[in-house]
Amino acid sequence: MSTGGVMTVAVWRGGPEGSAFQEFRVPGQKSQTVLDVVIWIQQYRDPTLSYRFACRVGMCGSCAMTVNGVPRWTCRTHVKRVAKTGRIEIAPLRSLPVIKDLAVDMDPFFEKWVAAEGRFHPQRTRDQPVRETKPQTRRRRQADAAIECINCAVCYAACDTVAASPDYLGPAALNRAWSLLNDDKDSGTEAILAAAGAKGGCHSCHAMGSCTRFCPNELDPMASIAGLKRASIAAALKRKG
Amino acid sequence: MIRPHRRHPLWFAYLLHRVSGSALALFLPIHFWMLSLALNDREALDDFLAWSDRGLVKAAEFGLVFLLAVHLFGGLRLLALEWLPWSGPQKTLAAAAVGLSLLVSGIFFLQAV
Ligand code: SF4
Ligand code: SF4
Ligand code: FES
Repeated sequence: MSTGGVMTVAVWRGGPEGSAFQEFRVPGQKSQTVLDVVIWIQQYRDPTLSYRFACRVGMCGSCAMTVNGVPRWTCRTHVKRVAKTGRIEIAPLRSLPVIKDLAVDMDPFFEKWVAAEGRFHPQRTRDQPVRETKPQTRRRRQADAAIECINCAVCYAACDTVAASPDYLGPAALNRAWSLLNDDKDSGTEAILAAAGAKGGCHSCHAMGSCTRFCPNELDPMASIAGLKRASIAAALKRKG
Repeated sequence: MIRPHRRHPLWFAYLLHRVSGSALALFLPIHFWMLSLALNDREALDDFLAWSDRGLVKAAEFGLVFLLAVHLFGGLRLLALEWLPWSGPQKTLAAAAVGLSLLVSGIFFLQAV
């Protein structure tokens, strides 16, 4: 159902060499999301527009873009929340190489997950029984608090430290490392602490909190990183003493 | 001017801590130089003190104490944030840090004038 209004939408077009905003006039709809706007432009104005999405319900983490200067998951961002002036500016995520238009290359982001030891380190084989976990323990609660990450890279794009130092692992990778560090089923404690304490690890974080402010799943990567800082310093002291 | 992704309390707290820290780093050498005058050169110190009695300079001194307070509480905030594993809203703390610094520097200001 149309609400009659028409908005101006500036969309970032082009690749690594040569790009600029291109303006479109898009009809307003009821309950319209920013992703709906991008899809409308591609379907009715320019089929060559490149962007990514999959689930449209905030689960897959593939639709993140910069909307009016702020990183957001576009499938769950309502136009009426961001288009206060009747104008929306949509750009690719910051700090990741642009492939074309709104699609960025996520490889550096996931390479840092691996570098941060943000992968599961199993203790048992599939032939052994699953290890029991107690949901109420402090460690399990810390693991759970950080676990619902959808890999959207919104926090990564929000972080000024990532923007300033390319070797910083970033909030998402460190948040996952913290979750695994607290998981009794994970056996990677030493590897995680080594990665967290290395150059570009948790101690590079300036606690400016943009990751926590913008994470669409309301995770708190800044607190996870603070946890890693404590664990990493405690481990260093233990090695000395 | 301040880009949209930075418009939130924690980022402002971070900015305040950076700016106050840098300003203090600039000011401290002057401060120690003045203290050294007190030991070595009475006349120069008296000149300096007379100069510093003026309104504008007084205001600048208020600013310095304000910076010191901001930096102190900002530092306490960071220590708490990183060393106490709390989950709660640090925004309140950031606000409290600024509030407290205002209070302390305000008291100083009242005594100075
Ligand atoms: S708290 Fe750390 S990781 Fe989060 S935005 Fe700030 S510097 Fe980046
Ligand atoms: S921590 Fe939040 S913002 Fe960062 S990738 Fe995960 S879900 Fe996205
Ligand atoms: S399309 Fe899957 S999270 Fe937005």
